[in-house]
Amino acid sequence: MSSSAEVPFYPMERSAACPLDLPPQLREIARDRPVSRVRIWDGSQAWLITGYDEARELLTDPRVSSDQSRPGYTFAAPQAKVFHNRNRSMPTMDDPEHAVLRRMVAGDFTNKKMEALRPKFQEQVDELIDEMLASGNRADLFSQLAVPMSSKAICAILGVHNEEGVRFAALGKTMASPASTNEDHVKAVEGMRALLRSLVVQSKTEPGDGVIGHLVGAGELPDDEIVATALLLMAAGHGATAHMTTLGTMALLANPDQLALIRDSRDPAFIANAVEELLRYLSVAHLGRRRVAIEDIDVGGVLIRAGEGIIVATDTANHDPHAFEGDPDELDLRRNACHHFAFGFGVHQCLGQQLSRVLLQVVYGTLYRRIPTLALAVAVEQLSYKLGLAIYGVNELPVTW
Amino acid sequence: MRIRLDRERCIGSGQCALAAPEWFDQDADGIAVVLAEDVPDQEAEPVRQAVFTCPARAISLDSD
Repeated sequence: MSSSAEVPFYPMERSAACPLDLPPQLREIARDRPVSRVRIWDGSQAWLITGYDEARELLTDPRVSSDQSRPGYTFAAPQAKVFHNRNRSMPTMDDPEHAVLRRMVAGDFTNKKMEALRPKFQEQVDELIDEMLASGNRADLFSQLAVPMSSKAICAILGVHNEEGVRFAALGKTMASPASTNEDHVKAVEGMRALLRSLVVQSKTEPGDGVIGHLVGAGELPDDEIVATALLLMAAGHGATAHMTTLGTMALLANPDQLALIRDSRDPAFIANAVEELLRYLSVAHLGRRRVAIEDIDVGGVLIRAGEGIIVATDTANHDPHAFEGDPDELDLRRNACHHFAFGFGVHQCLGQQLSRVLLQVVYGTLYRRIPTLALAVAVEQLSYKLGLAIYGVNELPVTW
Repeated sequence: MRIRLDRERCIGSGQCALAAPEWFDQDADGIAVVLAEDVPDQEAEPVRQAVFTCPARAISLDSD
């Protein structure tokens, strides 16, 4: 075992000049070793998996656990430890418990159901862009388009309508806002939980048409677990797609030839492929998928012992030149990237992935066509980033046109 | 070539229906359904992609 002085600290810092690129030190490690040791915030060490094949192997290995109560599990941050100890939910369960819960909600996220929502999402995105355009020639793309778009979409899936939708949006905004203190954030989460609880109670007498209504109707879960599941979907639905929208816009503005391709395309298949490449390139879940070994496992010629923590750096695996043609550090909307790990891999792969795909296809396919002169309103160096949270993103994205 | 699907392992990710819509669909619970089991060699590419992108490793494509 190496001494702690030689073991690099994870997560590594990104370069300020190239904020969308993988951290330089991480790229170096990935180039040399698909499996290596890192130190994390609590002083402990974990295995960092950066290779595509190794990530694929471990994320589907039943000897690898997602159960955060197991000793050796590597939390991304102290807050994550506190939050998750109070909120056991799907991502922290192993099969067969996980499979039972996942199967209860999978039917609400099928490709066909998400596709059927496309016209509604198109209408909502168009309305938000109308409002942006009506407000002048400058807007914050994060709070005025990306967050409300995601919020409206997840409300539709959960079965949250009208007045509750407005309260939901306000709480979601506080949860996502860079101006919110930790206290504000906790309060907003509690407010969200209370609102979801009231919806669960309401669904018992007035069956709803979304996930909450279905879970209540199925009668298989206690109220607390329905609330926890809905809260998880709400939090997951809010963040990742919103940040993909803003970071994707930054990536496209930095690559005008690629932006022109998506702006001028009327081909849904091209836009769908472009979304996969943006998902791969940006991989907004930037702190890795956290796991713990429950048996000794040999991977990439390295022995991971039972009880040792594992961080599967899916963002780095998505830039593995063995897995993607051409130069994976370049954005190339024509690349076949559909085997990326932006939604994870294995049984915990993102439940809402198809929702996210449809939304991103709608927003990328609409925004630059409707606002062809879209540009950043500030220099890239002036943007500030969310770093400590599971999803990478900008706190705001001022744009002009 | 013959498609084999383990519906017990399927998590309803929909990757197969996305990669090879001619060969896979999802039922009302999101679980994968094979539309036709026998795949001519020259049409196997999308099915191979579905096998590769299935996160639950629930699909295989076997030689007859």
